[in-house]
Amino acid sequence: MSPTSIFAPLSTPAQSIFELSILVLAIAAAIFVVVTALLVYSVVRYRRRCDDDDGREPAQVYGSLEIGLAWTIPPVIIVLVLFLASARVVFAVQDARPTKDSLELTVVGHQFWWEYRYPGLKIVTANELHVPVGTRTFLNLLSADTDHSFWVPRLAGKTDLIPNHPNRMWIEPQQTGLYLGQCAQYCGTQHAKMLLRVYVDSREDFDRWARQQAAAARDDGRVTEGRRVFERTACINCHTVSGTPANGRFGPDLTHLMSRETLGAGVASNTPENLRAWIRSPGDFKPGSLMPPMGLSESQLDDVTAYLSSLQ
Amino acid sequence: MATTDVGWIDAEAKPRPLVDRLHAWVTTVDHKRLGILYVGYGLLFLVIGGIEATVMRLQLVRPHNGFVSPQVFNQMFTMHGTTMIFFVAMPIVFGFANYLVPLMIGARDMAFPRLNAFSFWLTAFSGLFLYFSFVGGYGLYGAGTAPDVGWFAYAPLTAKTFSPGHSTDYWTIALLVSGFGSIGTAINIIATIVSMRCPGMTLGKMPLLVWLNLVMAGLVILAVSPLTAAQIMLLVDRYLGGHFFDTQAGGSAVLWMHFFWVFGHPEVYVLVIPAFAFASEIIPVFSRKPLFGYPVMVAATVGIGFISMSVWAHHMFTIGMTSAGNTFFVLTTMLIAVPTGIKIFNWLATMWGGKIYFKAPMLFCIAFLFQFLIAGLTGVMQASAPFDWQLGNSYFVVAHFHYVIVGGILFCIFAAFYYWYPKVTGRMYSEALAKLHFWLFVIGFHLTFDSMHVPGLLGMPRRIYTYEPGRGWDTWNFLTTVGVVFQAAGVLAFAFNLVRSYFRGRPAGTDPWDAWTLEWSTTSPPPEYNYASVPVVKSRRPLWDLKHPEDPDWKYE
Repeated sequence: MSPTSIFAPLSTPAQSIFELSILVLAIAAAIFVVVTALLVYSVVRYRRRCDDDDGREPAQVYGSLEIGLAWTIPPVIIVLVLFLASARVVFAVQDARPTKDSLELTVVGHQFWWEYRYPGLKIVTANELHVPVGTRTFLNLLSADTDHSFWVPRLAGKTDLIPNHPNRMWIEPQQTGLYLGQCAQYCGTQHAKMLLRVYVDSREDFDRWARQQAAAARDDGRVTEGRRVFERTACINCHTVSGTPANGRFGPDLTHLMSRETLGAGVASNTPENLRAWIRSPGDFKPGSLMPPMGLSESQLDDVTAYLSSLQ
Repeated sequence: MATTDVGWIDAEAKPRPLVDRLHAWVTTVDHKRLGILYVGYGLLFLVIGGIEATVMRLQLVRPHNGFVSPQVFNQMFTMHGTTMIFFVAMPIVFGFANYLVPLMIGARDMAFPRLNAFSFWLTAFSGLFLYFSFVGGYGLYGAGTAPDVGWFAYAPLTAKTFSPGHSTDYWTIALLVSGFGSIGTAINIIATIVSMRCPGMTLGKMPLLVWLNLVMAGLVILAVSPLTAAQIMLLVDRYLGGHFFDTQAGGSAVLWMHFFWVFGHPEVYVLVIPAFAFASEIIPVFSRKPLFGYPVMVAATVGIGFISMSVWAHHMFTIGMTSAGNTFFVLTTMLIAVPTGIKIFNWLATMWGGKIYFKAPMLFCIAFLFQFLIAGLTGVMQASAPFDWQLGNSYFVVAHFHYVIVGGILFCIFAAFYYWYPKVTGRMYSEALAKLHFWLFVIGFHLTFDSMHVPGLLGMPRRIYTYEPGRGWDTWNFLTTVGVVFQAAGVLAFAFNLVRSYFRGRPAGTDPWDAWTLEWSTTSPPPEYNYASVPVVKSRRPLWDLKHPEDPDWKYE
């Protein structure tokens, strides 16, 4: 069972699309059967038989305007039906309005990672999206650089993130769990490794997660050396750790890095070994990643890894 | 022309040195030679584009494969798409039009022979220029040489910021120059059809192939012009500080999408209408019946031509158009299924009650009918905008348009190759090798492109150089790659057949298929002047009239 199948919807817009797609598929299958049967019949029935060839040409039929008009009618009716069914879903999905408890958040596509901002909850995070179950969540889609597309098939159809062209989509998941997807618009070298992970949490889990994310970074006295290295190298130009001098916005916010299960937009699981290897050379995981290797010494790597590992 | 004619006949009499013969090919303005040049050029690039596809399929044979780097993979899909559309499909289509249209309308050449040669060489040089990028320039992040922005090169990936160096410039300038070549040829085809028809050949008595090429040429002018304009705008952005598409300076990425797809969708019809034209000539001859409903076919084609200019934004259902905008393009896109469906019915009705000969051209046409039906139906699925929010940019789309371009267009092109090979070379091809080619290609095609639909339905986006295991995509990708082996073997049989039959094939004679259009009334290959005396026609099937004086078509039309 594929975790990204469009035929296993668990969210209102994906469900509406699924129902429409079944209708469209059924009509297409019916047309396929009828026309293929006609094709097979004419090929078999009217083939030239060597044993029964009188050498004469068959009756020369030039066509008939009446027949031509007659078989225009069924396609027109089918097209009308499909059009109306599609239009209904277009309007239902695109023009849906926020409900009282709906959540608004902003998705910013970057080469090659996802930034999530929850303006109402004062949360900024990256690559792993958390939303509450049963809630209509609106995603305001922006891009920091090239075109991207947000596609988690079981939650909704895709919508592109285009610079200078803010877009909006919504999801309304019906079950808790992890939903996968990935960028669906070619955005550069690492388009393939721009994976999407959406965690649909129960209301309580989501609230707990939100409180924890909104807090400032923990200040762990045991990792001051790593923090010093982090803040004195170029790391802070691109990364934010709230409550510290690090306030860059080019790369993912690291304030609660350890609350995430993966690194590098889903390319590796978030273990200290992977984290250390990633900092040493991001290109080993993602050739073409915009994060450069910082040329840290082995002990600096250990210290920075320890510091980042403390950011719960 | 008279003096050249004499030179040509001399050349036939006593073989001239190779350099002279090559020189004659380079300087030729003969529509048949230019047609052969176009087609040969397209075949060469078909092999190159096929190799690029093979590289991609080897990389995708299993998840997390490391056959090529992401940079190389991205160049491969960019070059594969660009090559197959601009330097394979269009040259082959133009080549056949060049060769066949004057012969079929009883003319001695195209209306503008020198423009014809000029257009071909523009296309030829732009293709070579594009491929020069493999040895010059560098790409995204200085990581490569050939263009790596995708064949539709969405802004702002093509802006200087994201695409430093010159890789994108190779792409832009190649398309700009080949665009001029295409427009030149399109003007030439229209002028030829409008003004060079032989006595008696009214518009309503033209072979359907000629009608369809007229519509194709009209579409080329309407579609390629905006693309060419957009390339100039992109160059202005990149070198003269323009801000059309440069989003970092306030430009619009969506504007590029509109420019590209207002070309891109009619382009599909530029390619498929000539494919329809081949089927419309071949199916009647091998069913031994005239094409069913000629006026309806003409009307349906012209209808497709018009509607195809109003459907482009169905490539953009996911970019956040308004609900009203999306709905409009759902309607126009679905409407195009009506004339297309009528065409399929007409071809079926042509076979109905006929006496079908299963020669290679007909086999390819029958497979085309079946495959094009499926391609049309998956097209209707994507025309339903909400369904497309799931399917768009997934492997389902890739499978769909390869079903159109390979299953539809390429199959018809193969049919046309076998059908007109005796006319062009004067020799028969090997029917056994052709059938081997057919079956290998049918098996390979279905393995590759049937399998390719499924990962798209399971959430696999296009243009990814690798993919995650555990998503149900592995087996389907493996099968897709296996199909390549059969397709490659099929193309090998095809190429071997073309070459071998040229030397070893038995002489074809003037009219090996007992066909009905004018080109079969002149020798194979035709003399440079085509017809010793200008033919006069009374119906759509002048050779039928000659062969059946007791029952001529002109009594009924």
